[in-house]
Amino acid sequence: MTPPADNAAALSTRSVLAGEGGRGGTLPGWAPYGAFLGALVFCAAVEAALGWFTIALMLAFGALVAIVAIYTWSRAVEGRRRAKDRAVTMAIASALGLSMAPLISVLYEVVKRGVQGLSWEFFTSDARGAVTGGGAEHAIVGTLVITGCAVVISVPIGIMAAIYMNEYGRGPLRRALTFFVDVMTGIPSIVAGLFAYALFELFLGPGIQMGIMGSIALSVLMIPIVIRSSEEVLKIVPNHLREAAYALGTPKWKTIVKVVLPTAFAGLVTGVMLATARIIGETAPLLVTTGVVSSLNANPFQGRMQNLAVYAYNEYRSPGVMKQASYDRAWAAALTLIAIVMILNVIARLVYRRYKTEIR
Amino acid sequence: MEGRKLRNMFGPQARSQAEEGRNTMSQAGPVTETSNQAGEAALARRAKTIETKEVNLYYGAFQAVEGVSMTIEPNKVTALIGSSGCGKTTFLRSLNRMHELTPGATVKGDIELDGEDIYGAAVDPVAVRRLIGMVFQQPNPFPTMSIYDNVAAGLHFNSGKISKSEKDAIVEKSLRGAHLWDEVKDRLDRPGSSLSGGQQQRLCIARATAVSPEVLLMDEPCSALDPVATLAIEDLIGELKKEYTIAIVTHNMQQAARASDNTAFFNLEESGKPGRLIEIGPTQEIFTKPKQQATEDYVSGRFG
Amino acid sequence: MAHFDTTTNAGQLLAAASGGRRRRGDRIFSNAAVVAAVTILALLAGVAVFLVTEGFPALTASASELPAHESFISYVAPLAFGTCLAGVLAMIIAVPLAVAVALFITHIAPPRIAMTLGYLVDLLAAIPSIIYGLWGIFVLGPAMVPVMKWLEAKLGFLPIFEGPASITGRTMLVVGLVLAVMILPIVSAVAREVFSQTPRKLQEGAQALGATRWETIRTTVLPFGKSSVISGAMLGLGRALGETMAVAIILSVSGGVTFNLISQANPSTIAANVALNFPESSGLTINLLIATGLVLFAITLVTNFIARLIIARSDVQ
Repeated sequence: MTPPADNAAALSTRSVLAGEGGRGGTLPGWAPYGAFLGALVFCAAVEAALGWFTIALMLAFGALVAIVAIYTWSRAVEGRRRAKDRAVTMAIASALGLSMAPLISVLYEVVKRGVQGLSWEFFTSDARGAVTGGGAEHAIVGTLVITGCAVVISVPIGIMAAIYMNEYGRGPLRRALTFFVDVMTGIPSIVAGLFAYALFELFLGPGIQMGIMGSIALSVLMIPIVIRSSEEVLKIVPNHLREAAYALGTPKWKTIVKVVLPTAFAGLVTGVMLATARIIGETAPLLVTTGVVSSLNANPFQGRMQNLAVYAYNEYRSPGVMKQASYDRAWAAALTLIAIVMILNVIARLVYRRYKTEIR
Repeated sequence: MEGRKLRNMFGPQARSQAEEGRNTMSQAGPVTETSNQAGEAALARRAKTIETKEVNLYYGAFQAVEGVSMTIEPNKVTALIGSSGCGKTTFLRSLNRMHELTPGATVKGDIELDGEDIYGAAVDPVAVRRLIGMVFQQPNPFPTMSIYDNVAAGLHFNSGKISKSEKDAIVEKSLRGAHLWDEVKDRLDRPGSSLSGGQQQRLCIARATAVSPEVLLMDEPCSALDPVATLAIEDLIGELKKEYTIAIVTHNMQQAARASDNTAFFNLEESGKPGRLIEIGPTQEIFTKPKQQATEDYVSGRFG
Repeated sequence: MAHFDTTTNAGQLLAAASGGRRRRGDRIFSNAAVVAAVTILALLAGVAVFLVTEGFPALTASASELPAHESFISYVAPLAFGTCLAGVLAMIIAVPLAVAVALFITHIAPPRIAMTLGYLVDLLAAIPSIIYGLWGIFVLGPAMVPVMKWLEAKLGFLPIFEGPASITGRTMLVVGLVLAVMILPIVSAVAREVFSQTPRKLQEGAQALGATRWETIRTTVLPFGKSSVISGAMLGLGRALGETMAVAIILSVSGGVTFNLISQANPSTIAANVALNFPESSGLTINLLIATGLVLFAITLVTNFIARLIIARSDVQ
């Protein structure tokens, strides 16, 4: 292309638009996708030729090749700066793909392997006396009991503490509390378990293991989560609603109970459900506090109690005579756990959408 | 000690007269239909005077309002006017002890409702707010409650032990008094937030009057509303003054001129200094022959 | 006194009589709230106190009394090393990915897709750690074996890839990868939060100068969010340091301090060590394990504290 020699302005505009080295054009809209597909095909061919073909490797190298490809292509057509932009975008998208891969893999594997261990027996019998076979009923009941107790302990304390911090707390005391709640969110789960164990050992002697100890350990983990989310929700309740209640001559506690809490209700419930979903899968603290047992025990104050997470771990760690069956049961327990977690998450979001108060 | 003196002053006699007034009202049905002399007199007697003496208001170390002494007369509308930031709203909020809800906010001076110091040591601020109600700039109906429950909210919050029929009667009376009954009587269980802005504000007024206060404070009640709704509220204020003492903060001078009997003009010397009451008097006078130069300048639009 | 509250008797209502009743309700409620707040502090103090009390015997016992006949320090040192190695490895892998994911969600993806993507990334955090453990040992480990063999072959001169490559995949590298997946949502959430709050006018300033999207991000979004991302990384690190089950299941332990990431011989982490040994322990061993838990608590406290410090200092600026 020969630009008109006498038009200096047009010359410089054109070269600017040509983006430092390119021909001044633009890649077609399908360019990134085309580059990626082309790279995949290329890598697949190379792998086939070399003899080691795996999907994962093809995708990984494909991404690398695609980045190089789009860079060179764009550089030639659009110029250096745009080329860099496209290459980086491709890299970021690849990173996203890489991050999603474990999610897909985990969910796929849990379902595939867990389904093999599911059976009527799995849900209706415990493992007492079973050498081969046996079920996880005791584990399921145990999970529900231990988690239930943890919720009963954590929710009143957590919400009241959030109320204190948001509605009553002033200056330094409130800042100190926020700091300590932050510290609590960082407690490793095993440490919470050791704490509950140590607490009971001091008062009841060594070697004690009970369902309620597990609930206490879980509460230590759950309370800061409930406080954090409740505080956020309470903060959102606009101050002018409180003022309207005060102006009617309402005492403070009634304002909180009859105006603030109902307005924040959906958010509070959602926060509690999400916190429950977080702790229901905790294994470490329960290993230490509730022990391993094969028969059904629904009394949190008496003896060891099994639960799904520890059950899964145990089936893997000490498989019975038929190894694969034990592994299958471990995966089935994992699948059950994930199902409960997902259901809790979905219900939490539905509750939020249905009961949310629109504040105009 | 103070309590006993008060109980003697406002003993059984005053109480039974108020009761009589209420009985007359509920038997008579909607206020506008029957004008019962005794009833109206009893209504008017509900409204009380507010007197302030040398009131100084602080936010921490910063003084927002200085040395305000004025009388808010019963059964009259007193408008508080002045440019932004001169302390009108701060002063208004001190009248029902809402000012002290801001952390660090303090009050010096005397504020008396019908001769009783509302900041007395034995006085419960919550009780003060039952007697002196407030309507805010932004309509703020409780979003989780229906229209019915919004109006009855004050009753629920305070006694809780009130029969359904009494509650129904009070809700209807308050909504009629706020000129909202006809528009909502068929949808009392709809949420309070489903109404238009002007209707929401009237709902808030109904809510405030449902607890039978003696004074109604209004903080720029029309500033978030369109002109039609504004006019409706101003008409309403004209009606309400038959029962209540009303103080209204307004940015809109024309509104003050239209709707009030007395006007108080607040002003600041310069920003950073506390606001002061420059002049108070009958609205007619303030707008046509004010005594202070600053007042004259403000009402003729030379500043603000 | 059915009509008590609706009389217009100023005197009666102003008197302390009604105030007393209300003040009681207020007092009960606010006391309950204070009790809840104090419980939090008590819990936290309790954790520290009980751990110290129960761990103390092990801290003061001599080397001959302890189970492995070594002093407490020499027992806990390799564990602490393993904990930090796994955590730092996870952080190094997770942070760039998390930043990339956050950038994609906040600046590249169209809004509807962005919301779904955010939800999916958060889903990673919802999966219980035991499941990550099982996945690591049954799926990822075996899949990584050829990769580790390749690393040993091509990069074996580096101490971290010295090998010999494990044939089961139960190595520190795999643990680091799994932990990275577990902490990715945490770091990404923090990064998303701060990237989406980059002031419009900063970005528009760059765009008005003709910057490409990446140039805008590089000059405005990333510098703006730098300290938040670092803080988020530290939070993720704290989480990785405390992770128990994934490590306990996946890692093949044989005690020594080493930087070799792909072999069978790995140091354990404090948390995994407790999980593996506690069920069969008694007496002084339990005290020993609790004492190591105390050390872990201290390490995570310091990490989280540094994270908050970074945020606080950047706020001041």
